[in-house]
Amino acid sequence: MNRTVLRLAAQALFGRRRGVVLLLIPAALLLLSVLVRLLTDEEVGVEAAVGLGYTLALPLVALLAATAVLGPEVDDGSVVYLLAKPVSRHVIAVSKFAAAWAATMVLGALPLLVAGLLLDWSQPRRALAFGVSAAVAGTVYTALFLALAAFTRHAVVIGLLFALLWEGVFGSVFAGVRWLSIGAWGREVGSDVSPLVDAAGTGLAYAVVAATLLTAAAVWFTGDRLRSFTLRGDE
Amino acid sequence: MSVLTLDQTSRWYGNVVAVNGISMTVRPGITGLLGPNGAGKTTLIALMSGFLAPSAGSVTLDGEAVWRRTDAYRGIGLVPERELSFGYLTGRQFVLANAELHGLDDPGAAAERALQVVDMVDPAGRRIGTYSKGMRQRVKLASALVHDPPVLLLDEPFNGVDPRQRLHLMALLRQMGGEGRTVLFSSHILEEVEQVARQIEVVVSGRHAASGDFGQIRRLMTDRPVQYVVVADDDRRLAASLIAEPSVVAVSLRREGGVDVSVSDFGSFAVRLPRVARQHGIRIRELAPTDESLESVFSYLVGG
Repeated sequence: MNRTVLRLAAQALFGRRRGVVLLLIPAALLLLSVLVRLLTDEEVGVEAAVGLGYTLALPLVALLAATAVLGPEVDDGSVVYLLAKPVSRHVIAVSKFAAAWAATMVLGALPLLVAGLLLDWSQPRRALAFGVSAAVAGTVYTALFLALAAFTRHAVVIGLLFALLWEGVFGSVFAGVRWLSIGAWGREVGSDVSPLVDAAGTGLAYAVVAATLLTAAAVWFTGDRLRSFTLRGDE
Repeated sequence: MSVLTLDQTSRWYGNVVAVNGISMTVRPGITGLLGPNGAGKTTLIALMSGFLAPSAGSVTLDGEAVWRRTDAYRGIGLVPERELSFGYLTGRQFVLANAELHGLDDPGAAAERALQVVDMVDPAGRRIGTYSKGMRQRVKLASALVHDPPVLLLDEPFNGVDPRQRLHLMALLRQMGGEGRTVLFSSHILEEVEQVARQIEVVVSGRHAASGDFGQIRRLMTDRPVQYVVVADDDRRLAASLIAEPSVVAVSLRREGGVDVSVSDFGSFAVRLPRVARQHGIRIRELAPTDESLESVFSYLVGG
């Protein structure tokens, strides 16, 4: 971990307009939760609001955070200022990941826990389970989107398609997708915290191992891409 | 004292050859890398700074390859052509971050020293987003100097910088070279290069076209035959009198009017042309060089 890279990544996150959008997403989720609590019947509302937060807001926050700490710098080549230093590329990758991860936890996972509490005071353990699910899934999302940002300049679009189509549409239509769905792994871990969260059916061990492996592989890949970063002219 | 060596270095992208078998040694002092846009200057600097793997040949700094060797950056300061995109940082924050990343003992003092060298202490508290092009260029230089590197590589450092700041930057580079650093900068403007560097390397279309002292290169570039087109009220008479001039090597009449003149020594041609016209009572309506573009100068050099 390199504190300077961490600090620069944090400044990249909140020094730009993107930082505001990053704050708007959890704010919208919490607002929605309050409205749902006031206007609807409890059970239906919890499902809908948390479902929306988990399948849409969380990956979106992770995507914005992960691409903000790396995307623009790689795109415009100014990451060379970071790379023309005697610092290991993997240390840079891990530090960037740490910054994006912290943002995802605070602005993606924590709001889900709070939303769970806002929607139903009587089930704090279920709210905690939402938070845990989101923490697990958010961690993997962040790592995956970071690797994507290191790999292609179209990371935002591809990440968005992945979150909406694979995790969202296919995940809910085809049961088999759960083996390869980050959201399903998170739900599986959450269901271990509270039985009120539906298990995805992959088994806790599989979910934990898959999430850990994918996160580690994605962060390592990011470092490896940075090692091979190539400076190009305008030609 | 550090020496950068390229040995038969080539770099290609698919079928496109960006750098073609270049061998050069960059020694302490200032070296100017001169070539038209798209000649491969940025690619060469990327190779020299370890941000591009050579497809063939080698790039070494004091005998060690630079590609994928992060430790090499202890000895290299790089000023890329790309704009700084850290507009949300102040100049001081940016230079300080560079000092910290180098793991210096006292990054704060190193940052201040570097800012002082480039004369940016006062504006360093402002955000980079508010800087002029010249100020950005100087902050980039400060960030490259912060660890006092023996090698300094600069890609088009004078591009878009106003004349006063250009002079300042040039003086800085001369000072760096005088201190025994190995300084290499690229430019597509001959006048710019010869004001700063004694040693000039010319690259054209990825090839090493010429190498040597600036006087030598200057002569290579100006002593070539130059083409002009002259339009007069009596083209044929003008052509006849011009061929008698020692500085003129060929004339030909254009069908649509005008005379194409090949000149071996454009200095004396410039003096003689008006005299010849006056002597023969010829009125000159138009005089234009037909191949004065830098690209044609470079292609002349490559053609030999």
